[in-house]
Amino acid sequence: MSFDPATLTRIANLARIDLPAAHLSALGDEMGAVLTLIDQLQAVETNGIVPLSHPLSVIGEMALPLRADVVSAENLRPSSFANAPQTENGLFLVPKVIE
Amino acid sequence: MNAPDQPAPGIAALSKQLQTKQITAVKLAEQSLQRITDHVSLNAFLHVEPDLTMAEARAADARIAAGDTSPLLGIPLAHKDIFVTRGWRTTAGSKMLADYISPFDATVVENMRAAGLVCVGKLNCDEFAMGSANENSAFGAVKNPWDNGRIPGGSSGGSAAAVAAGLVPASTGTDTGGSLRQPAAMCGITAIKPTYGRVSRYGMVAFASSLDQGGPMARSAEDCAFLLDAMAGHDPRDSTSLDSAETKLSILRAFQDKSAAKSAPDKEFAGLRIGLPTEFFAGGLAKDVAARVAEAVDVFKQHGATIVDISLPRTQLAIPAYYVIAPAEASSNLSRFDGVRYGHRASEYKDLNDMIAKSRAEGFGREVQRRILTGTYVLSHGYYDAYYLQAQRVRRLIAQDFQDALKQCDLIMGPVAPSTAWKIGEKSSDPVAVYLEDIFTLGVSLAGLPGMSVPCGFDALHLPVGLQIIGNYFAEAEMLSVAHQYQQLTDWHLRTPASAAARTT
Repeated sequence: MSFDPATLTRIANLARIDLPAAHLSALGDEMGAVLTLIDQLQAVETNGIVPLSHPLSVIGEMALPLRADVVSAENLRPSSFANAPQTENGLFLVPKVIE
Repeated sequence: MNAPDQPAPGIAALSKQLQTKQITAVKLAEQSLQRITDHVSLNAFLHVEPDLTMAEARAADARIAAGDTSPLLGIPLAHKDIFVTRGWRTTAGSKMLADYISPFDATVVENMRAAGLVCVGKLNCDEFAMGSANENSAFGAVKNPWDNGRIPGGSSGGSAAAVAAGLVPASTGTDTGGSLRQPAAMCGITAIKPTYGRVSRYGMVAFASSLDQGGPMARSAEDCAFLLDAMAGHDPRDSTSLDSAETKLSILRAFQDKSAAKSAPDKEFAGLRIGLPTEFFAGGLAKDVAARVAEAVDVFKQHGATIVDISLPRTQLAIPAYYVIAPAEASSNLSRFDGVRYGHRASEYKDLNDMIAKSRAEGFGREVQRRILTGTYVLSHGYYDAYYLQAQRVRRLIAQDFQDALKQCDLIMGPVAPSTAWKIGEKSSDPVAVYLEDIFTLGVSLAGLPGMSVPCGFDALHLPVGLQIIGNYFAEAEMLSVAHQYQQLTDWHLRTPASAAARTT
């Protein structure tokens, strides 16, 4: 099984990763090997089996605990902004998106 | 490779020395920092901040002086660099977060500090915890203290190597598909991955949210009992953190009660039914690993346990199911790294989209990119049903297999990994070959069950072998107690590599 360059480029675009053209061939081979591995699932008979997303729900209904909808977080603006690549006047700066 | 004259004292012994003023938390922290410096070539630590550490150590000494007898007070600890820490860098082993300093502490970090543990540093790991060899760290591979040419396992490789080399008595790690158990096995230490939801994921850099679970790594099961008790508990800030009758009970007290229960001599495990899954002992298992695990099981048998043959028929299918579900969740979780609010931003770009795509191409390493791409593919239009939902259906079958097996036995035992530590670089060109090494740990993660690794001997190259102990949901205290009693009958957990022998304590 292999992963053709067109599919790889499409998926990379969805994933917002700018793959260098030089990597496409080797990465396509590696992805092909992963695809061969996960394709083993296709042979499993799973008619009527409900997908399991929370592991413990296999022993019973899981109700995830909820907390009251109240403001509990402290103001972390200064330390949060310290990690930002570019800020101005308390705003995160990104390249211009509207002409 | 002889055992040192003085094996590293366990947490209970260190605590006694601290409480009786034979040593101070400041002195223990200084010794730990010195050993970290002496073993810098292991590449186990990514960040040390001696000023922050010594402030915590002085605070611990002040609490001891004021009469606080908390059992972990003053004990040095290091965190896997996946737990965010205020004031310390947190990189998750990625170039993406090379300069990131979290505005808040992970709940695990808060809990351990409240218990009085002194943080001496942050530990190397595979990038975003994706790997089984610690070779995927953007900051270089970690070396196995038993053989510096070999991997320590992963993704909590720094955490395992640091404890094995005696740099710290305890560390934290995380396990998504085996990342606590497998490095513990390969470095000859003890670790426990708790039931999914026992330990808060708040502030644990997310990889696969339905699988990720934090846990302790230390020399012995008893040490792990102390550590897990402090680490676990309901956290309202994590909606998957369990809040039930089981999670309200003290793990430590249950462990101590079970361990203290009187038994006839040589019948410590009377009444314990141990299930051995046929599939865990089939082809592909290294001969020495099979032999060491069989010898360990024999110890339990000789001391009263009943051995039951069980079957986990979908053991092999855990690999493809995991390598769909984990990448799918990772592709979603890692979409937050866009170079806007934090993390790496490319220096040259055309527009916003290009900035995001170039930042992610530069910031993420190859394995992480591959998993994001795999996850994006299996979640994309036309493939969601065939891969993602199908993997979740297989996940239910695997979880049900464990429930069926646990009707016939109390605990399941087997190897942690098919082989011992491999050479650095040996498998790095074949990612799928590395995935296959996770065969015995992935099912437990998919089922959300607790799993342990306990040292049970060495192979012909004197590399450690780990025994895996799997219990039902919330069986941590029982597993730790059984492992503790095994460690009273054996001394594999006390063996240390030659590099750890020069101990001053």
